[in-house]
Amino acid sequence: MSTRESTGGFEKVEVHSAGAPTSHPASGHTSTQPQLPAEPLVRIRPRTSRVALDLGDLWAYRELLYFLTWRDIKVRYKQTVLGAAWAILQPLFLMLIFTLLFARVAGLTPDGVPYPLFAFTGLVPWTFFANAVTTSGNSLVGNANLITKVYFPRMLVPLAAVAAGLVDFALSFALLVALLVYYGVRPTWQLALLPALVVLTTLCAAVTGLLLSALNVKYRDIRFALPFLIQLWLFVSSVILPSSVVPERWRWLLALNPMSGIIESYRAVLLGLPLDWMALLTASLTTLVLLLCSVVVFRRMEKQFADII
Amino acid sequence: MATIIRVEHLGKQYRIGGPQAAYSTLRETLVGAARAPFRWAQRRGENGGGKVWAVKDVSFEVQAGEVVGIIGRNGAGKSTLLKMLSRITEPTTGSVDLYGRVGSLLEVGTGFHPELSGRENVYLNGAILGMTRQEIAQKFDEIVAFAEVEKFIDTPVKHYSSGMYLRLAFAVAAHLEPEILIVDEVLAVGDARFQRKCLDKMRTVGQQGRTVLFVSHNMPAITRLCPRTILLSGGGILEDGPSHQVVSTYLGSSVGTAAVRVWKDLKNAPGNEVVRLLSVRVRTQEGEATEAVDIRRPIGVEMEYEVLTPGHVLVPNLHFYNEEGIYVFVTHDCDPAWRQKPRPAGRYVSTAWIPGNLFSEGTLIVGAAVSTHDPVVVHFYERDAVAFQVIDSLEGDSARGDYAGPMHGVIRPLLDWRTEFRSSERETILA
Repeated sequence: MSTRESTGGFEKVEVHSAGAPTSHPASGHTSTQPQLPAEPLVRIRPRTSRVALDLGDLWAYRELLYFLTWRDIKVRYKQTVLGAAWAILQPLFLMLIFTLLFARVAGLTPDGVPYPLFAFTGLVPWTFFANAVTTSGNSLVGNANLITKVYFPRMLVPLAAVAAGLVDFALSFALLVALLVYYGVRPTWQLALLPALVVLTTLCAAVTGLLLSALNVKYRDIRFALPFLIQLWLFVSSVILPSSVVPERWRWLLALNPMSGIIESYRAVLLGLPLDWMALLTASLTTLVLLLCSVVVFRRMEKQFADII
Repeated sequence: MATIIRVEHLGKQYRIGGPQAAYSTLRETLVGAARAPFRWAQRRGENGGGKVWAVKDVSFEVQAGEVVGIIGRNGAGKSTLLKMLSRITEPTTGSVDLYGRVGSLLEVGTGFHPELSGRENVYLNGAILGMTRQEIAQKFDEIVAFAEVEKFIDTPVKHYSSGMYLRLAFAVAAHLEPEILIVDEVLAVGDARFQRKCLDKMRTVGQQGRTVLFVSHNMPAITRLCPRTILLSGGGILEDGPSHQVVSTYLGSSVGTAAVRVWKDLKNAPGNEVVRLLSVRVRTQEGEATEAVDIRRPIGVEMEYEVLTPGHVLVPNLHFYNEEGIYVFVTHDCDPAWRQKPRPAGRYVSTAWIPGNLFSEGTLIVGAAVSTHDPVVVHFYERDAVAFQVIDSLEGDSARGDYAGPMHGVIRPLLDWRTEFRSSERETILA
C-alpha cells in the first residue's frame, strides 16, 4: 500500500487496489427487486396523548429481549473473582446480619419458624426484587447509546434487566432449598403456588423498574434516590419482621406495598404456614394497578427518550 | 418503480437549549409546577421563541431501488431527519410511510459490549440491528470472513485493535438485508482501507436494488454513489435533484465559509512588523469567491496583505495540500513587477491562477505565506488559510472521460491522447 492510502482518506473508493484484498460479501446476494406491500409496513405519525401498549411490536422484537437478557447475564460477573457466587452471598450475609440484629426483637421463632429460615425465605425473593429494580431502573440511562442510535421497543431494556435477575434468583433459591432441607421443612400442597408467586414477583419488579427507568431518563435524581428507596422498602416488606408486629390499624398501609404480601406468601408457601389470601390478592391487584400506571407513564415518556437521554 | 418512502410535511420541534440540555432534575419540575399559576404570561414567550424546528415541512418520495444522498451543513436537520425515519425519535408534525423493512446504521457497532467475545457481539449487534437469530447464524461465517477476525472471534472485543473492532462492527451491519438502508456518516471512521470497503459495500447494496439513504459530508462519495441528492438547509429542503447539481449548489452557496478568510484586526493578523495578512480568498475567473470549483475551470487564490515596513523584498507563496495531508505543490510569486524589488509600505493583492484540469477531485487546503529569500525570513505562514472543493461534474469533457467510477491520483491533468488505427498488421501476420 502506498503512503497515500495509509494516511486516512477521501478519494478511496476504488474496487481494485494493490495489496488490499477486498472481499465482496454481497456478491452472493441475489439482486431481486423487492416486492413492495400495498400498505406501508411502518407508519410514522406524531403520537397522540392516548397511547396503547403495542404488544405486536414487543412480540416482533422478542429475540432482542432474549439477547439483551443474555448480554446482561453474561456481562454481570465478568472480571469478578467470586462471579455468580455473589448471587448467593448477598442474601446469605444479610441473613446472618439480620439473625444477629433482629432475631431477639422478632423472637427467635417468629410464626414458629427458626429466625434464619424466616429471614432467608424473605431475603431470597427480596434480593431478586431489589437487584432487578435497581438494575432496570438504571438500565435506560445505561443504554443511552442504543436508545439514540437504533429503534426497538424501549421497554425491552428494563425488562431484560429484570429477566437477567432471574438467574441469580434461581441460584440463591437453590441455597434456600438446601436450608429448607437442613431444617427438615416438609413441602405442602401450597408449594404449587410457587410458580405463580415467582411470576408475580417478576411482574412487580418489572413494573417498578419500568416506571423508575422511564423517570430516570428525565429526572436523573432517580439514580441517587434508588438505593435509598430500596433500603426503605426493605423495612416495610416483612422481610426482617413478620407483618404481625405491625399494629392492626396500620396493616392497610402495609398492604399497599405489594412486596409485603408477596414475601409473606413465599414464606407461607415454602414453610407450609397458613396463607393470607387477602394479602396475596391485594398484592396482585396493586401490582396490576402499578402495571397500568407504569405502562402509561413509560409510553408517554418514551417518545422523548432519544431527545433527552 | 414504486414509492418505498413517502415523507409528507415532516417536522420536529425541539425546546431551545438543545436536546442534550432538555433533561431536568425533579426539583426543577416541582419548582416549575409550583410556579405554574404565575407563569402564564411567560409561557407565551416560551412557545414563540423558546422552541426551534430542527426539521420543518420536509416532503419527498423515494422510489424502490434509489440511492439518495442527503447533505447539508451541521445543524441543517440531517440527523434529525434520519432519526425520525429510523423511528428513534418521533416527529412533531407530518407523516412518514415506509413500504419496507428499515435498517438504520447511524453508528458502527451500536451495542457492542467490550467484555463479550467477537462471536457474542456479532449475535448481540445483529439482534439490535433487527436480524433474527437464524439470519445471523446463517451469515455468521460470512461476517467473520469479511471482518478478517477469524482467529480472534472468541476473544473479548476489548482486546481487539480499533481496526479489528470496526471491521467486525461494520461486517455485521453490512450483512443486514432490509429493503431500506439508512446510513449516517458511518464512513467517517476507520482507516482508508476500511472506508473503501464501506463505500464498496454501499455500492453493491445500491446495485442490488435496495433503497439507500446516505448522509455524508464526503462530497465525492455522494456524487459517486448517489444519482440523486437532497440538500437540507435550516431544517427544510433547499434542493432535490441530480447529485452533481445539488452538490455544486451546496458548495457554492457557502459565502463566508472556508473559501474566504478575512482578518479584521490587523494587530492580531498573521505576520510581523514587516508585513501582515489581511485576507485570503478562493475565486473564479468571474471574481466570485467560491468553495466549489469545477475541475475544468481555473482557480484563483488571492491574498491581500499590508506591508508595514518598507524596503524589504517579499515573495508571497501558496502551499496546497489535499485532504489526506499530501503536499500537492508550492508556488512562489514570480511576477517581474516585484521580483527582487524592495516594496514600499501599503496594501497589496497577489493572485495565483491555477489552470483547470490540474487538481484531482476532493478538498484542497491552502496555506498562505509571505517570505524573504535572502536572508530567509518567513514573515507569516498561515497553514489552512482557506479550502475549496474540486468537483468533477461527469459531463464527459474532463480527464475522467465517460468513466464514472473512482479515479486515483493527486492530480488529474487532461492530456493529449492520440490513438491511431493500424488494422492491417494483424491480418497480415495471420495471413
